[in-house]
Amino acid sequence: MKDKHLIELIDVSKAYGGDVALSHVDLYIKDGEFLTLLGPSGCGKTTMLRLIAGFIMPDEGRIEMDGVDIASTPPYLRKVNTVFQKYALFPHLNVFDNIAFALKIRNVDKATIESKVENMLAMVNLKGYGSRYIEQLSGGQQQRVAIARALVNAPQVLLLDEPLGALDLKLRKEMQVELKNMQQRLGITFIYVTHDQEEALTMSDTIVVLKDGVIQQIGTPTDIYNEPKNPFVADFIGESNIIPGIMLQDYKVRMNGVVYDCVDKGFGKNTEVDVVVRPEDIDIVPAEHARVVGKAVSVVFMGVHYEVDVDCGGYEWVIQTTDFVERGQVVGISIPPDAIHIMKKTKQTNLFDAVAYPDDEEVEFCGHRFACKGLESFRTRDEVLVAIAPADVRLVPPEDTELTGAVKACMFLGTHYEVTVTCDEEDWIAYSLDYMEAGEEIGLSVPADKIAVSANEAN
Amino acid sequence: MVNRLKKFFAGTYLGLMLVFLYAPILILIVFSFNQSKTLGNWTGFTFNWYAQLFSTPEITDALIVTLSVAAISSVVATVLGTLAAIGLHAMKRRDRLLLENISQLPMVNPDLVTGISLMLLFLFVGFRDGYTRLLIAHITFNLPYVIFSVLPKLRQSSDMLYEAALDLGCTPMQAIQKVVIPDIMPGIVSGLIMAFTLSLDDFVISFFAGNGVDNLSMYIYASARRGVNPALSTIIFVPVVTLLLIVNLKSIREERNAELQSRKVDMKR
Repeated sequence: MKDKHLIELIDVSKAYGGDVALSHVDLYIKDGEFLTLLGPSGCGKTTMLRLIAGFIMPDEGRIEMDGVDIASTPPYLRKVNTVFQKYALFPHLNVFDNIAFALKIRNVDKATIESKVENMLAMVNLKGYGSRYIEQLSGGQQQRVAIARALVNAPQVLLLDEPLGALDLKLRKEMQVELKNMQQRLGITFIYVTHDQEEALTMSDTIVVLKDGVIQQIGTPTDIYNEPKNPFVADFIGESNIIPGIMLQDYKVRMNGVVYDCVDKGFGKNTEVDVVVRPEDIDIVPAEHARVVGKAVSVVFMGVHYEVDVDCGGYEWVIQTTDFVERGQVVGISIPPDAIHIMKKTKQTNLFDAVAYPDDEEVEFCGHRFACKGLESFRTRDEVLVAIAPADVRLVPPEDTELTGAVKACMFLGTHYEVTVTCDEEDWIAYSLDYMEAGEEIGLSVPADKIAVSANEAN
Repeated sequence: MVNRLKKFFAGTYLGLMLVFLYAPILILIVFSFNQSKTLGNWTGFTFNWYAQLFSTPEITDALIVTLSVAAISSVVATVLGTLAAIGLHAMKRRDRLLLENISQLPMVNPDLVTGISLMLLFLFVGFRDGYTRLLIAHITFNLPYVIFSVLPKLRQSSDMLYEAALDLGCTPMQAIQKVVIPDIMPGIVSGLIMAFTLSLDDFVISFFAGNGVDNLSMYIYASARRGVNPALSTIIFVPVVTLLLIVNLKSIREERNAELQSRKVDMKR
């Protein structure tokens, strides 16, 4: 890997008919690196790939390759090739002609085509398959043809859009290793899109974690795993204990009533933070020597290790250990300072544009009227901004209220779940003690005195 | 027993249906080799009617008009229709549905209405040449059938193929020519055959649009009162049936191939 920035995305935004897919993204990709765009579906990773490939153009921002803006260069003039999600092999051509396609378009002479295609076939272990048609190949073989077809042109960058998604687990593992080897041997920059965090951790030099069109964190697999920047990254990459804490001073954090030593500083005194501890970093020790004691409420054998849930009164730690613990046994737990990762608390408030009706003591937003106090200073039909703390949003059975929505995401934050609910095209954030399935219908209600109304300064 | 009875009735039903459909045509074909001019009275075998066909200049003229109009109109309609289908497919959903429905309308429109409106249009713009009028009319009514047979193929094919072609260095034109068109070729070919067949046996629209230029069906209609030469209908019927058989057999074979292939892939897995 060289330090040269091969591709640079500068303040790139893209929306599809009002739906934001990417918002003000900045990213550079080094020459020869294996970079993975990782995130749940709809996070904007494929959009980013298609922008680099040239199938779509950014609404805003620049995309530079070798220092030249290529944002409006058509795909056929870019030194970039793509391995498509479902391969997109040409069904009317055989394997040889599929691979030779790019060379024939460039009018390369016959002998060169022949030798290059044969080389490619050998590289992807498909020697002798040249005259087969695409339908006669298995999924894994089609995958190899797609890679060979994209690489025959010797592109500077290879884009891969979830290329292993359609393969079974064993084949996927084999292909992961093969792809990584190929990338190292050829020295080509790979940009790889996936939603599979394990795949990202195994293969990448750099991982870019995306959520809702915004980059959450960029780093090496070890960085991302060991030092997640926010609860989303911690939750998305691997398993983790996420627990709210208070940073008392540098190197001291209090969680669940216990003060721990840690290696982080610079958060100020008595600051609310989120703490991430990986399950494998927690040690189980004899109860008599431990500062923190709890009861093992669940013990599950996972093959390499046991997964033990230890209830320490108020918080349930998930611990991975190779030592066997009896269910119901009282154990001590010990968390070494370097296992504690402190993250800035992500303060979240529900903000909505609303219309005031002071006469009725009501505001209207999300297609619904809410009883509300403190509207005296506004006139009827004034446009206002309302703010509601997530803790004040009550989740109720859908039949008990008029305002209902669908659960979009549910993330465990140590003592509670953070639930994102979509209703009337707006996302609400609420806290819940119970897990909720995505797609579940749920009712929302807000007490009148918990709606903070302010003048809408945007207008 | 019940099964056999069921089979027997199913077979008889199908048989009867085919007899009713094809008996008149079969009789016509048989009697086109009959010496006597009156149908239903077999007096002996002859090729006379066929010989007469090719010695009557009006008939050979009509035959040439029919074949050339069918050939030209189906090719033009196929080119236009394929391009239209590709364009339609690339449109945004709402515009596409609107245009798709408008383009399919002539298919359900009665031929009589299409014919008369074309005639009025030609009169209105003062367009006289009968052969060209016939050609334009045939292209017009063939077009929706071509679009109709190409569009489903486009929907089946993956839009990724077009992007893959661009990705591998094709300009948009090259991508359509080298990847999209070959991929939808079966649809284009059936559209072409369909258009050719429809043009071959069209009467109503040609009758209004022709302006004095006769194709075979118009000639038959005009000479019907003098007694139809049975060979005439036969030579229209035979190519139409042949072409329809080709289209149907082709689609059956394709289906079978697809099935075989999917089975093969399944087995490998």
